This record gives sequence, structure tokens and C-alpha cells, in this order.
Amino acid sequence: MPFKRYVEIGRIALVNYGKDYGKLVVIVDVIDQNRALVDSPDMVRSQINFKRLTLTDIKIDINRVPKKKTLVAALEAADVKNKWESSSWGRKLIVQKKRASLNDFDRFKVMLAKIKKAGVIRQELANLKKQTTA
Amino acid sequence: MAPQQRKPHVCRNPDLIRGVGKYSRSKMYHKRGLWAIKAKNGGAFPKHEKKAVAAAPAEKPPKFYPADDVKKPLVNKRKARLTKLRASITPGTVLIILAGRFKGKRVVFLKQLTSGLLLVTGPFKINGVPLRRVNQSYVIATSTKVDISGVNVEKFDDKYFGKQVEKKKKKGEGEFFEAEKEEKNTLPQDKKDDQKSVDAALVKSIEAVPDLKSYLGARFSLKAGMKPHELVF
Repeated sequence: MPFKRYVEIGRIALVNYGKDYGKLVVIVDVIDQNRALVDSPDMVRSQINFKRLTLTDIKIDINRVPKKKTLVAALEAADVKNKWESSSWGRKLIVQKKRASLNDFDRFKVMLAKIKKAGVIRQELANLKKQTTA
Repeated sequence: MAPQQRKPHVCRNPDLIRGVGKYSRSKMYHKRGLWAIKAKNGGAFPKHEKKAVAAAPAEKPPKFYPADDVKKPLVNKRKARLTKLRASITPGTVLIILAGRFKGKRVVFLKQLTSGLLLVTGPFKINGVPLRRVNQSYVIATSTKVDISGVNVEKFDDKYFGKQVEKKKKKGEGEFFEAEKEEKNTLPQDKKDDQKSVDAALVKSIEAVPDLKSYLGARFSLKAGMKPHELVF
């Protein structure tokens, strides 16, 4: 089982602990065995421990420690945002966020929708069963 | 001498540090010009004459002294203020009642009464909650709002909800008791009419929103996995 995601310059990672929890950051330099320099369009470039990062599949093409403008341009060019939001991991996070922000009324509407969907499925199943027995 | 409107003066004696002024007493005397005022008045500071105090009428010693010294209760000048309404509760908010007969019911908030309690209605046709008072502490405010502009709640106040005073005195018990009990159980017709008039406008605005009617008819309950401190209401 070889490793597939490596720590390298340009690797996109998800912060999983701390003030910037949930943000996507780019590794722009490696400081030492434990720490990396990370940067993102909406934060100040800072060091972070690898333990606080989870690597993703996405990698962009940048030089070591690019200027902010270059970094933003590279992110745009690689279309990181769309790639992330269409990946299954990214989609799961979006759904989690949406569920957490649901209103009491929204939760009620979701419940109604689930019941309706289940009813339709059960109806179809019943029809199919009838067809096979008939 | 009537007080004249003067321009607010810059401080004559600036602080070096807190509690220590820059100028000494004698310097301040000179700066304030008290020497000039004295000079104008011929050497002494101008004085007002004291107003003659009318001689108080001679008080007679009291006829009666109580046997024990009774302690007087301390003076209490506190005034009760209207309970502060949470910012999340505005007229038309859907509230979840947490205790009492209607616990879990989702009701519409109408207004805050002068006693601090919240006036609330089901509406009655939808979930069986009548026009009722409820305490703010026993309520969760959701962020769902209902349009309440067509409803007139001016006439409802705390007296409307007070206990009806017994007019006839009960002299004979037994047969009389049964007859009186029957009277108490039915609601007076005007209260029913009030409920209907308030609900008529409300139900119309509720039916305008899809699913809101069944939402108000359902009770709220915590299910498995729901963490109240993480839920957004």
C-alpha cells in the first residue's frame, strides 16, 4: 500500500484543528520535519503543524513561497474550488454544513420530504413485486 | 443672581497626575479672580443674606408610646420594570412551548403583556392552543416568522386573563354546588369570538406558506442524535 498523497509544495490540505478549522490551504513551504508554511487567499501566510492538516488529492503548480497574487492566480487557474466542491469529500462537508444550519422549520420540511420519498419508493417496490408474482 | 449661560470653560487647573493639580491653592485663588471679586465688593467676599426660616410650630409630646420598639422595614424605592424581551422574539415568531399542558407545541407569538408574559395563540384551529399567556423562560424562539399584520391584539391585557370574580356568595352547599360547577366549566362566548377573530387573519397568512400549517400542528421533540446546544432553531 504505497502512499498516494504527498506533502509537497502546492499540495492542498484541509485544516482539521485550530482557529482555521475547515479551511482549504496550500502548502507553500516545508519548515522542518513537523511544520509547514501554509497560505490561503483569505488568511495570512503562517506555519502549521502537519498533525493539524489532512492532505487532499488536489495539487497545484507553484514555486516555493509564491507571492499572494501568484498564489491566488494559480488557485484560479487550477480551479481548486470547483474541483473540491465536486469531489465526494467536498460534497460531504457541504452537506454536513447545510444540515448543521437547518432551522427547526427546515428540519420539519426535510422530515416530510423523507417520508414522501420513502412512500414513493415503497410504492414502486410494491408495483415491481406485483409484476413478478403476476 | 440668575445663572447665566456661559461657554463651558477649559479646566483652569490641569492634572499633572491623578489627584495632583498643576497650580497651588494660592495660584488658583489668583487665577479664579477671587481677588477681583473681593475688590469689587469692598474687601470681603459677597454674601447672600440667609433666608429667614419660619419658626416651626411647637410639637406636643405624643400621648401614647408603644410598649415595644417595633422595627420599621427599610425603605425600598425599587421599581419593577417590564421583563426584557429576548431579541429573537418579535411579533409573529413561532415559539416552542417547553412546559405545561402544551409542551412541545409550536405557537405564534402575538405581543408582550404589561406583566411581562407573552401573549400567544395556536392558532386554536391548528393545534388546540388558545389565546394564552406564557412565560418567556419556558419558550424556545425559532427563527420562523409568521406575518401578523392583519391581527388586532390591542384589546388583550392581563386583566382579560385574570380569574373571573365570583359574584354570588355561596350560602347553601350540596345542590347549589353542582349548579355553580356547571357554569364555571364553559368558556364565555365572547372569548370564543375573540379567538376566532384573531385566528381568522392568522390562519390566512399561515396557509400562504407551504407546510407551515402542518408544522404548527406537529409537536416538537428531541430525537436520537439531536444535540440541543448544537441545534439551530
